[in-house]
Amino acid sequence: MSTASEKKQGFWREMIYNNPVFGLYLGICSTLAITTTLNNAIGMGIAVIVVLTVSNIVISLLAPITPDEIHIPVYIVVIATLVTVVGMLMQAYTPTLYSTLGTFIDLIVVNCIILGRAEAYASSHNVAESARDGLMMGLSYTFSLIAMSLIRQILGTGLLEFSNPMSNQVIFSLRLIPEAFVIPVFTTQTGAFLTFAVLAAAVAAIKNNDEKKEAAALKAKADAEKAAKAAAAKAAAKPVKEAA
Amino acid sequence: MNLFTLFLSALLINNVILSKFIGMCPFLGVSTKLSSAIGMGVAVIFVIFGASVLSWALYYYALVPLELQYMKLICFILLIAAFVQFVEMFIKKNSPSLYKSLGIYLPLITTNCAVLYVALDNVTQKYNLIETMVNSIAVSAGFMLVLVIFATIRERLAASDVPEAWKGNPIAFVVAAIMAIAFSAFAGLV
Repeated sequence: MSTASEKKQGFWREMIYNNPVFGLYLGICSTLAITTTLNNAIGMGIAVIVVLTVSNIVISLLAPITPDEIHIPVYIVVIATLVTVVGMLMQAYTPTLYSTLGTFIDLIVVNCIILGRAEAYASSHNVAESARDGLMMGLSYTFSLIAMSLIRQILGTGLLEFSNPMSNQVIFSLRLIPEAFVIPVFTTQTGAFLTFAVLAAAVAAIKNNDEKKEAAALKAKADAEKAAKAAAAKAAAKPVKEAA
Repeated sequence: MNLFTLFLSALLINNVILSKFIGMCPFLGVSTKLSSAIGMGVAVIFVIFGASVLSWALYYYALVPLELQYMKLICFILLIAAFVQFVEMFIKKNSPSLYKSLGIYLPLITTNCAVLYVALDNVTQKYNLIETMVNSIAVSAGFMLVLVIFATIRERLAASDVPEAWKGNPIAFVVAAIMAIAFSAFAGLV
């Protein structure tokens, strides 16, 4: 039980600390542009998870046999091929989603998260580790997209809606804020920047807070050690005094 | 389409950063100093123009006759990477002083999504060669315009007292939000 909750805490910690979007500022373009609805966020997130996981696997297999001088073009071709495949599948099975996400599907190629993970992780780790890394990074990217889209959709339209991307059938639709009280600016570009700023500041605040706590804990430990040393010195000095 | 309308709409109304959110990485990365913002802006204008014209030619003279349009993504990104590399080598050999001021920005441009975006957009919108040139110059000039304005604000921002958690990028996003409001006023221009 305790290990499970620890694991869960570890999962959320990883999501916040290694968050590629709000922590490292990678892949911001698509995060800002497509998070107007929950549907877009989940669709984009799944596309990125697939591309990132498969590209990490392929690149970790290719890395040992790729000459060092041309490794970036090789990685780019692998990623571009995967994005083309994912784009074609989405065009065939989820045409509405594909047309709303538009060029941002193609622009997954230049999403810094994917090339970044290929370069920093997959090229020097084995297949299983790379696959896990791709999945985790993709999940925390998706998590960021969902957080952004929930805030923007609920505040901007008052509705929480999700529909089946294959048939466009609405699965659930909840009105959380009456229409007279919605803040339409959240669906615009300005809202995207503002929401992002608030979430990035929140992640920074959590990190700062933890750093402070750690520093305070270290300081307390040092203080305790100092006090113990002083006490020991006193105790050592006492017999001397008595002897004198 | 009227070329002037095309130019204005790509430059201001559909500004690549503030309205399409493309090219955010260099927008955040090199906007802390005005001089580097100008250097990056010039390099981006040059690369986007060259890469768009080349990929336009590649698409209509190679991919369409061969019916390989679905390969455009792979071909364009390779073309852009090769073009950037070539420009870097060319400048390094012929103009060391220019290389000193622009050189460090060139490798970063390969991963600038604005370059790929313009190349794809020109083809998707079915622009002819003249429209492609106008569009690519307008988009990249819009990029530089916003980058330079943003850099001047950020230089002042560095000296101001910002709450700790908002330091650096979060406050920069608030600035971008306010700039987006200002730019949304251009919507009625054309």
